[in-house]
Amino acid sequence: MELLDKLSILTDAAKYDVACTSSGVDRPGQPGMLGNAARAGICHSFAADGRCISLLKVLMSNDCAYDCAYCVNRRSVDGPRATFTPEELVRLTIGFYRRNYIEGLFLSSAVVKNPDHTCEQMLAVLKLLRERERFNGYIHVKAIPGTSPRLTHQLGLYADRMSVNIELPSQASLALLAPQKSKEKILGPMGQIRDTIAESRYELARYKGAPAFAPAGQSTQMIIGATPETDRQILLLSEGLYKKYQLKRVFFSAYMPVVADRNLPARNTPPPLLREHRLYQADWLLRFYGFEARELLDEDRPDFDPLLDPKCGWALRHMEQFPVEINRAPYEMLLRVPGIGVKSAQRIRAARRYQALDFAALKKLGVVLKRARFFILCNGKSASPLPMDNPLLIAGAVADRGERIRKTVPPEQLTFFPPTKEDDVKCLTGQL
Amino acid sequence: MPDRTALVYRYDGTYAGLLCCAAECFRDKRLPADIQPLDEPQGTLLPVKAIATDEALARRVELSAEKRISRRARRMLREAFLTCMEHKEMRMIRFLLLGYKYGDRVRMLTTNEDVYEILQALRYLNNEANRYIEFTRFSDLGEFLAAEIAPNNNVLPLVAPHFCDRFPAENLMIFDKTHGLGFLHRRGGEREFFQADALTLPPPSEEEAAYRALWKNFYRTVAVEGRENPNLRRTHMPMRYWAEMTEMRDAVPIHK
Repeated sequence: MELLDKLSILTDAAKYDVACTSSGVDRPGQPGMLGNAARAGICHSFAADGRCISLLKVLMSNDCAYDCAYCVNRRSVDGPRATFTPEELVRLTIGFYRRNYIEGLFLSSAVVKNPDHTCEQMLAVLKLLRERERFNGYIHVKAIPGTSPRLTHQLGLYADRMSVNIELPSQASLALLAPQKSKEKILGPMGQIRDTIAESRYELARYKGAPAFAPAGQSTQMIIGATPETDRQILLLSEGLYKKYQLKRVFFSAYMPVVADRNLPARNTPPPLLREHRLYQADWLLRFYGFEARELLDEDRPDFDPLLDPKCGWALRHMEQFPVEINRAPYEMLLRVPGIGVKSAQRIRAARRYQALDFAALKKLGVVLKRARFFILCNGKSASPLPMDNPLLIAGAVADRGERIRKTVPPEQLTFFPPTKEDDVKCLTGQL
Repeated sequence: MPDRTALVYRYDGTYAGLLCCAAECFRDKRLPADIQPLDEPQGTLLPVKAIATDEALARRVELSAEKRISRRARRMLREAFLTCMEHKEMRMIRFLLLGYKYGDRVRMLTTNEDVYEILQALRYLNNEANRYIEFTRFSDLGEFLAAEIAPNNNVLPLVAPHFCDRFPAENLMIFDKTHGLGFLHRRGGEREFFQADALTLPPPSEEEAAYRALWKNFYRTVAVEGRENPNLRRTHMPMRYWAEMTEMRDAVPIHK
């Protein structure tokens, strides 16, 4: 098989993996080596779906021994199978990296034969890259659940970031759709990676030459919309993962119906992109804005409003805390105002030391007044064009009316005689 | 200082030249109506005064910026000179004067028009430099890795150190088509900038063509069909960068 065909097949198989970032580690270049790494990560291109291409995201192999219902590479699917040799993959990575196409390698794999065998193949690639090619760029590697801890440990010594996919947000869903994986099998390596990272940090602080284990931390991803979990469950789970496993990121992947299965949404279901977007917004609120999952959603309201972003939603439920005075409010409160992000909150904090801010100044600092004006005062003045006693009125004004929202309800051909319930039954029985 | 004279300064287009213009303003105790580089076609009816560049004088002005304002302000001025801001020369000189008056606080005076415009221009410069760190595409010419870029701001001095750090063992060449400025980095660590009107790169070798094909193939395949979103892609990767990018070159619309 030609390298080009292999690349197509194995990229196609890996493209549903979303965790493609190159962030978390700062490593200057070194004489005689190839590459460096920047803390913020570098995107090198953006695909037609608008997502960043930072790493060469491929599978080592798609020749899987497992049969997970949601997966394109499952054993029972009849499709082309391919496996990279370590040499081919190394050549591709170096060739792309030198041309500044990519920031490094993202290596995942289907389970070939058994987890340990797969892991050894991946390890061979990493060793060649780091030791023979003296590659100093970014490497993200997936730990395969069920691998022996010794191999996982070795992978981490060569990689910058490791991840274990949690796949589905609950144990019940996992049992239903991925019978060969279990909560324990997934959380096992996750815990091991967390502990080894902590150990390695400690060692590095004591001895400069200690080997670094996954210095950019670990991440995970889960599929949204394939199973019936609520947003609240998902958000609580990711909050738990951040706290318990010290993950750098939890990625969400809107489920793309690629395989037909009775336990899965139908093939023509559109992916829940808006829901994924809302979850990411909430994820940011957890990580950078000091929110907690239980503040954003409660049991009566377990899902996000498609029309309101999570921060606006929270603010409208807590109007008693608003409006806040921009020139005096503490930084933590500024962060909670809709329309003010981390950057503009920092700019406000810096600028108000020198002069009292008014609305024109806020605009220059990058505050989105369209939303913020309902929640703030500048020198005691409000710029809200609406009376502030009715949250519903404000909700209407700050609601998201973008193109994406309008698209959620598909257009429908109007008819004088719309089909009734009886017609549906007749269709099924063959009378109509 | 001083009100304006009806006089236009012309300088040689270098940073040192601009600093000499600043020195001339002090000597004259008046600001000129405008400052233009020599190579610009003369577009003014006002009398013109050519300012000679004196490296020692320029150095004195630059050091004074550090001593009397701050190191950061000096750096800001250096970088502001790389931007494509309109009337950047006058704005920079007024910024310098403001700095002498307020000290380092000048960087925070965002309500002042000159400071605001300079900060905006710097943001644009840095954003564009970041974009070129992302989107520059090298071709392997055998002896050299070569790339062409076409930035609005003069980003090459900001972009080049990144690639030197990244590829210490490679010979690199980056050419800025807009400003006619090139950069060379040799394996040993030797670096230099050079001026050229245009540069023609040889056609890709077989191996280079193969890698380009592989990359294009990867780029096409990695997009998820059901999530197509051209607007989002254009936000992150504006179309003006496409002409220099291996994977996008075919998608550039042809304007007549």
